[in-house]
Amino acid sequence: MARKLLLDKVDIPGIRSYDVYRREGGYLSVEKAIKQMSPDQVTDEVKKSGLRGRGGAGFPAGMKWSFIAKPEGVPRHLVCNADESEPGTFKDRYLMEFLPHLLIEGLIVSSYALGSHVTYIYIRGEYAWIIDILETAINEAKSNGFLGKNILGSGFDLEIYVHRGAGAYICGEETALLESLEGKRGNPRIKPPFPAVRGAWDRPTVVNNVETLAAVVSIINIGGEEYAKIGIGKSTGTKLISACGNINKPGVYEIDMTISVEDFIYSDEYCGGIAKGKKLKACIPGGSSVPILPANLLLRTVKGEKRLMNYESLSDGGFAKGSMLGSGGFIVLDEDQCVVKNTLTLARFYRHESCGQCSPCREGTGWMEKILTNIEKGRGKSSDIDLLWDIQRKIEGNTICPLGDAAAWPVAAAIRHFRDEFEWHVSNPEESQIRNFGLAHYADPLVPVVAAV
Amino acid sequence: METPLSELSFPPEKLAKVAELISRYPEGKQKSAILPVLHIAQEHFGGWLSPEVMDYVAQLLHILPVEVYEVATFYSMYNLKPVGKYVFEVCQTGPCMINGSDEIIQYIKGTLNIGVGETTHDGMFTLKTVECLGACGYAPMMQLGKTYREHLTKEKIDSIIAECRKFASVNN
Ligand SMILES: Cc1cc2nc3c(=O)[nH]c(=O)nc-3n(C[C@H](O)[C@H](O)[C@H](O)COP(=O)(O)O)c2cc1C
Ligand code: SF4
Ligand code: FES
Repeated sequence: MARKLLLDKVDIPGIRSYDVYRREGGYLSVEKAIKQMSPDQVTDEVKKSGLRGRGGAGFPAGMKWSFIAKPEGVPRHLVCNADESEPGTFKDRYLMEFLPHLLIEGLIVSSYALGSHVTYIYIRGEYAWIIDILETAINEAKSNGFLGKNILGSGFDLEIYVHRGAGAYICGEETALLESLEGKRGNPRIKPPFPAVRGAWDRPTVVNNVETLAAVVSIINIGGEEYAKIGIGKSTGTKLISACGNINKPGVYEIDMTISVEDFIYSDEYCGGIAKGKKLKACIPGGSSVPILPANLLLRTVKGEKRLMNYESLSDGGFAKGSMLGSGGFIVLDEDQCVVKNTLTLARFYRHESCGQCSPCREGTGWMEKILTNIEKGRGKSSDIDLLWDIQRKIEGNTICPLGDAAAWPVAAAIRHFRDEFEWHVSNPEESQIRNFGLAHYADPLVPVVAAV
Repeated sequence: METPLSELSFPPEKLAKVAELISRYPEGKQKSAILPVLHIAQEHFGGWLSPEVMDYVAQLLHILPVEVYEVATFYSMYNLKPVGKYVFEVCQTGPCMINGSDEIIQYIKGTLNIGVGETTHDGMFTLKTVECLGACGYAPMMQLGKTYREHLTKEKIDSIIAECRKFASVNN
């Protein structure tokens, strides 16, 4: 069993309540940080840990914290990004639903490091019942002296508020999130200025993902250096992966980033293999925005080495032959799935979620959806495939925020690796309406490993 | 321009909640409370935001009505048209699609005899399709009010419909 730092206590009955959580060693990191460390020392530990942002981009958390501007007399804020709307991603929900106090504990320590006296959790509006869970945890922490005025007699004051969103993937993008927090439409801002200089209400603001902030607890408890020893290379610590699609055991798993993709899919400890004894066709390993990979490229790198579940290994080979760890939303497709249809649902998603500020994204996502619909319905032309390629290329890099890239990449990767499937749809319009293309030369080259007993 | 005073009003406990929400944001930044206040308004005034309701929210937050319209039209959770008592919001994005969301949507359409975006004649049910709700591992799924209904099957849909009907008849 791999070492667990986030979910180690998730199975303890009653862990959602303050009393049980505290009895099991909860809030020790707050005591340690506030009583024994200066805010800068906390930031230094996070830097030493090598912790990278778990929201998708993987930016080093400690470095981001050290960029926060500290103008005299201007309040600063920490904002926790709990918008979680990237298809395939449902790990933050799990953490908040079952270990709410772990997030609150991480928020207190992180707010102390950043000098935030009012910290917000921006949560997607659909997670309505989780808001109640978080607010209960906040109230419990407050009545036990971990929130409010003069926490543990240190003179440090902190309030945490849950801010409910209302359905908009784009509000997960940090500047759109800040606009939304200010009560506006979620239109991303042009950067610079960066939020660390001018964020919410023009005040210096750090935005971090739920999992990033929860990880701070173990970093303070075991020390940054110890944390950095777990994992490999620049992929330190543990990572939550939300696994879904055609697997036997969908769910949220905490992994040590040295495990191979193959073991993650086939071992009983994690996904438990492909459902119904089918074969693996393809996988989107890091949330819907990252490139889809056919089985052969997913399991091994170009050099023929086993691909590992971490930042470096998943991106090995660049976009031509690799993908990304992204948000950890791991979507598995079996031999019966249609890559064209899957790509179409993602294109529709991005069209629906585009805020409409930049024309390449606003128009391009609509065109891609339309063309993919035609191909999928057997009405496509062979020139449509090149047209799709051309459109995605013109979106990428030409927009205010990365949603444009996120919309372009899935289409590009699907065509890059599954072009014959697109062509088959075009040249077999009738057959494509009654059966799927199935596996091809990129099929699962492996015999599923027998589960270790 | 002065906003005309609204005829609508929240009961005192909701007004107190609005005041508490406003107090969470910096002085003078009460507009920040707009999303949570719109949620309360939608729930209180029959499941959707009419222009009158939006004007009332503008008045509560001391902002222009257009600032509320701008926001209400941006976010997918606000209904700008009346909806049924129970809204089935079925996810149709990739991970749900590969686990059979299409069949679930077809089944609901057939059972309730409505299309996507429509409401049954008795005003009980509305069917909506939505994009990923963060429940991809428990697909197919839908949102129903404040809850998620996961691992949907045809039988589960039948029992959810029966449950709603029963609840409505008991509470009428
Ligand atoms: C379109 C878009 C959607 C995003 N959605 C989320 C999200 O739901 N949750 C999240 O933590 N980060 C999301 N991000 C990344 C955030 O902009 C930001 O990088 C992140 O919250 C920083 O936290 P981290 O460094 O701890 O990962 C999104 C980015 C983009 C471009
Ligand atoms: S890239 Fe798309 S979502 Fe991002 S700002 Fe431009 S239009 Fe909006
Ligand atoms: S795709 Fe349906 S919940 Fe994520």
